[in-house]
Amino acid sequence: MSEHSIDSQWQRLREQRRTALIPYLTAGYPNRSASLEALRMLEAEGADFIEVGLPFSDPLADGPIIQQSTQIALNGGMTAAGALSLIREAGLSLPVVAFGYLNPILSYGLERFIAHAGEAGVAGLLLTDLPAGEDLGIERTVYASPLALIRLVAPTTDDSRLKVTLAGAQGFVYLISRLGVTGPQTTIGPQLQRAVERVRGATRLPLAIGFGIATGEQARAVSGLCDGVVVGSALVNRLNQGIESARELMQELAAGLRNGSDSLCGSNPT
Amino acid sequence: MAGAELGRVGRYGPYGGRYVPETLIAALDELTEAYDAAQQDPAFQQQLDGLLQSYAGRPTPLTEAPSLSEQVGCSVLLKREDLNHTGAHKINNTLGQILLARRMRKPRIIAETGAGQHGVATATACARFGLECVVYMGEEDIERQRLNVFRMESLGATVVPVGSGTRTLKDATNEALRDWVTNVTTTHYVIGSVVGPDPFPRIVRDFQAVIGRESREQVLRLTGGLPAAVVACVGGGSNAMGIFVAFLEDREVQLFGVEAAGEGIATGRHAASLIAGRPGVLHGSLSYLLQTDDGQVLPAHSVSAGLDYPGVGPEHAYLKDIGRVAYESVTDDEALAAFFTLARSEGILPALETAHAIAWVLQQSGRWRRSDAVLINLSGRGDKDVAYVADIVRRR
Repeated sequence: MSEHSIDSQWQRLREQRRTALIPYLTAGYPNRSASLEALRMLEAEGADFIEVGLPFSDPLADGPIIQQSTQIALNGGMTAAGALSLIREAGLSLPVVAFGYLNPILSYGLERFIAHAGEAGVAGLLLTDLPAGEDLGIERTVYASPLALIRLVAPTTDDSRLKVTLAGAQGFVYLISRLGVTGPQTTIGPQLQRAVERVRGATRLPLAIGFGIATGEQARAVSGLCDGVVVGSALVNRLNQGIESARELMQELAAGLRNGSDSLCGSNPT
Repeated sequence: MAGAELGRVGRYGPYGGRYVPETLIAALDELTEAYDAAQQDPAFQQQLDGLLQSYAGRPTPLTEAPSLSEQVGCSVLLKREDLNHTGAHKINNTLGQILLARRMRKPRIIAETGAGQHGVATATACARFGLECVVYMGEEDIERQRLNVFRMESLGATVVPVGSGTRTLKDATNEALRDWVTNVTTTHYVIGSVVGPDPFPRIVRDFQAVIGRESREQVLRLTGGLPAAVVACVGGGSNAMGIFVAFLEDREVQLFGVEAAGEGIATGRHAASLIAGRPGVLHGSLSYLLQTDDGQVLPAHSVSAGLDYPGVGPEHAYLKDIGRVAYESVTDDEALAAFFTLARSEGILPALETAHAIAWVLQQSGRWRRSDAVLINLSGRGDKDVAYVADIVRRR
């Protein structure tokens, strides 16, 4: 897989006039085999992309739910290498985005990680602690690789910074819906709408919104603003109660997005 | 203030940087701008100098230690940061950063603390200027530093116990950063050491540089020359950077940073990031880090809560690589012994952090000539540690 698989997936979604459903799971949570089963369940229940979290001991951008899931995954022996082998074994036919923190990847070796991730079926890389322009060596290496370098835009990202951030962005743009760490608290208001307009004005890349989307109703509400909806903590929380509980949430989210498809922006001009 | 920054601002060789969530970049830009402006503003410097003098009690004295000098075989001089208001060097930085917060019109202050000294110093500065103060502290550290928790609460601060991860300074820092990401528009994060994303390592170094400026002048006045060596303990490394920076250009002055070897480097239960770690990214900067082969951060261990941190300031990483500072280590037991040695021979109870620097110097008997002066940064006093040390002694 490569960034091309991300681009062609967006192309398909545009043709079907659908908003992408992008679930997040922590690799190895609640354990390796359940995590493998969950990845396949997400694909079966209509995920369009999957974000797979690489566990890190100090996830400072994450709220309690994902923190706890990464700690449990680490206690179970999950590593960056283990996450790649999990993704490979899942054999998914949709694009996978590896989501995580820099240190385990630097420790693995950046170029080695990129090569092995590509072989395992990873199409994109999203690093929460690598803001644009802060480490050009790392950024250029990912940019030039077959993996898409996916950028985060925050409510605090101003216009001049938006240009810097989007200059090297690939795959899609991940808009953080609110201040704070990951978690199911939602704030969908006029500020989010303005943020979407600013990003739309600055890039033709598809736009996904994440942080705080926990229900089908919320997914439907934001689907009118964007091309993809990311659901993380709420799903990880459900997985804690068992895979069937997580499946029910996926079905609810998929239904929410289907009902909201009338309001689909479809505004991506490319 | 010139430190070891090379090329790009905020980088020390390859180390440093701003490896933080995108949400925080705007706040770091704002802080950089406010700090650069404050440095150019004589009124700011004047206000800070005034506070350091009339509120913190600066300049702190330089004390000759005759008994230690006898034991080590040279002239041992102590820079008495323990005599600062609140009992350690930490107040130098918190007063500076609180003035910055006021310039930025941020009414809410957060901080992380290990031993509690930085938390107390932050709570103190907040009380002085009427700012809301929230301090994150690991549950394990709360156990060993109950007195400081009460001090912070008495000063009007809210102490938030952190139960995640290793329940120490590392996790308190994670939690403070999470708070900052959430409340960034109203809140300034007063980092307590020369760690974190740029500009924190240089801001904290610059505010602590008063230690080196004063002591260099004091040693010159007292001895007519420069010291042969300057020694400081290193956890995150703020008291060490504060004293080293004045001597970086004096090539004849040897600089020694003393890390916590805990139960011994070979046991793996230690906090010696520079000696036993390798480069990695934690809390916003690239520096030496205790980590597994898989890049997971390892829990640190030290009898001293203030050194119990798996990372270290990025400028120290650079000074190690270029060989300008030699980093050594001292075990828990050696530090505990030095705690009593200094108390009984000089009448000064040092903080357990500081006791590491004392312990290392005590091991160097005969290393220097009798006419040489060795300057130790006595970074804090041991009052906060007496209950904990009493417990350890009772258990043995």
